[in-house]
Amino acid sequence: MKSGTTFIQGNEAIARGALYAGLQFFAGYPITPSTEIAEILSEKLPKLGRKFLQMEDEISSMCAIIGASLTGLKVMTATSGPGFSLKQEAIGYAVMAEVPSVVVNVQRGGPSTGLPTGVAQGDVMQARWGTHGDHSIITLTASNLQDVFLMTVEAFNLAETYRTPVILLFDEVVAHMREKVKIPEPGEINVVERLHTSVPEGTNFHPYLTREDGRLPMSDFGGVHRYNVTGLVHDMWGFPSNDPKVAYDLLHHLVDKIENKADLLARYKEHHTEDAEILLISFGSAARTALHLVEQRRQRGLKVGLLELQTLWPFPRQLVRRMCKGRTHVLVVEMNMGQVCQEVRKAVIRPERVYLANRFDGASIAPADILNVLNMIRGKGV
Amino acid sequence: MEKKRKIVINRDWCKGCGICVAFCPKEVLVMDDQDKACWAHPEKCINCGLCELRCPDMAIELEENKS
Amino acid sequence: MAVKDYMRERFLPHIWCAGCGHGIIMGNMIRAIDQLNLKKNDIVVVSGIGCSSRMPGYLDFHTMHTIHGRALAFAMGVKMGQPELNVIVPMGDGDALAIGGNHLIHAARRNVDLTAIVMNNSIYGMTGGQYSPLTPTGKKATTAVYGTDSKPFDVVALASGAGATFVARTTTYHVKEMVDIIKAAILHKGFSVVEIMSQCPTYYGRKNKMGGAVEIMETFQEKTVKLGSKKAEADPELMQRGVFVQEIQPEYVESYQALTAALQKTAQKGRGLGKGEHHG
Repeated sequence: MKSGTTFIQGNEAIARGALYAGLQFFAGYPITPSTEIAEILSEKLPKLGRKFLQMEDEISSMCAIIGASLTGLKVMTATSGPGFSLKQEAIGYAVMAEVPSVVVNVQRGGPSTGLPTGVAQGDVMQARWGTHGDHSIITLTASNLQDVFLMTVEAFNLAETYRTPVILLFDEVVAHMREKVKIPEPGEINVVERLHTSVPEGTNFHPYLTREDGRLPMSDFGGVHRYNVTGLVHDMWGFPSNDPKVAYDLLHHLVDKIENKADLLARYKEHHTEDAEILLISFGSAARTALHLVEQRRQRGLKVGLLELQTLWPFPRQLVRRMCKGRTHVLVVEMNMGQVCQEVRKAVIRPERVYLANRFDGASIAPADILNVLNMIRGKGV
Repeated sequence: MEKKRKIVINRDWCKGCGICVAFCPKEVLVMDDQDKACWAHPEKCINCGLCELRCPDMAIELEENKS
Repeated sequence: MAVKDYMRERFLPHIWCAGCGHGIIMGNMIRAIDQLNLKKNDIVVVSGIGCSSRMPGYLDFHTMHTIHGRALAFAMGVKMGQPELNVIVPMGDGDALAIGGNHLIHAARRNVDLTAIVMNNSIYGMTGGQYSPLTPTGKKATTAVYGTDSKPFDVVALASGAGATFVARTTTYHVKEMVDIIKAAILHKGFSVVEIMSQCPTYYGRKNKMGGAVEIMETFQEKTVKLGSKKAEADPELMQRGVFVQEIQPEYVESYQALTAALQKTAQKGRGLGKGEHHG
């Protein structure tokens, strides 16, 4: 893959970011608007001696990448809403068994078949709670293609560091638009490799015994350590257990390993926020519109700024609370009925000052949509 | 005459299903009063090993008779 | 090596009921592996959910206990990820033919080098005895109070029709045949399906007044015949045992590796790495 500047589609930026991060195995099923990711990788992966599989459905795609990850490979799958719903049980398995993996969901209009070619951001809560049971998960997003590339690499890094599935939650506009992307040189961006255990052959290896630094070293299937992987509540050996203490410790481990690092995991960008009286909070392609509006209003002297979230889960509560302090108004801009807005309200001191500017009819949110709400909350009518 | 191999039954693993007893071609095994299989008639045993192969609990082993 | 040497002994006695056929299958699968002299580190056993799927936990190999019906999907990822490994997939009625049916036919269609062991006890045991796609017509189960509503699958016909290149059937009574068939299935380079008639005396047997484990195994002995035998010709209604399909066809993972090797050769021949280029 050439480094240097190129002009590509968002889905291609995802594919290239994955390859840069060391993707070795992709399994997927076509679904608009993510299909290009599978198509591009079906051509590139075999050329690189890596693996591409078109499975019979989204469920088996997720299962196949988990199996492959346990043989030591970096893995990814890609889909949209309906496929993301299908994958949830298997995502839960990856959470429970602590298997590094990356799941791309390019959001489209929902629910159900919805608007296959329409943009939406309606899967935010599903990314957090789509699979059953108490758990935590990491979800990243981006609003421009350079960041799509970077967040994709970041997703692989976090998957390896935290031994978890990481969801890349993009949307149809970002995935299908074309923009300039500078592909970095090898080594220019940090890539985290699989952490293998140093326990020698013949010594007991505990696949689920956390190291002092919080990391959980792995051993590849086919290697010198034989162990069990299961979706049942299990002990540090990977064997099923009914013991309440084991269940308590395991569930806390699965949740705490990510939730306790919410601050560390918070990726974001600030635009014109220092002296902003009104703070917009947005993500994905909605943030592009929000940024345009902020810059337009700044030219007219309005002190408005944008906090662009790139980490959606664990929700960056501390960051949001800190950033919202002292503002006269906070306006969350998103293409759903207020999924991130709810979280912002929970995080801030003055939730009554948090407003929502949104759109969910399949069209992109326009500057006028945000401006109308801005004018309303400032008491200026529309 | 000593058998080449003796039948050793793991009583912890045996669940008393009776399969070995029912299918022994020489009726060498019986269920004892604790519902565990027992090599009751070693003199009739032909060391065919079918009891070992058919035991669902891995509780029967034919071992070299080292006497 | 002894059977015990292949087991995670500290977990025995296993959870299966007294007389359950699954233990017989596990023991003879181990004997097959032992006779083939396969190394433990080269074996991965992947299962789904159900009584049958508890098997991997007892085995001292690389083991995965996954989600219902998806064992073959996980196994496919393992095999593609590390093609040198021997991947064995024990499944029950539901795992292989109900929720997992789609993955069975696609694995067969692709002819991936996996060994699927369908442990057919004609019931869903773990959840308390509901009927399965392999329960014979008219039999009773907890969700078939008036008798089952449809015909069961013929696993051999389904697997063959879908493209499996090794298809066999045996029973828990025919233990020596079982070892030979499992050995051939593992050695076979392609998708192997071994259907093993097994007994669930606790639910299927009791609900249908079939007696216990011994009685059910006796019906396997009396009501099945060797494929191609005179007895089979005399009574075509009897269930046949043996190897029904055994052929060599292009195997999926091998074909993929050949493709990538050819592509990389072309790439290398074409040019060296240019300025700013790198692999990946």
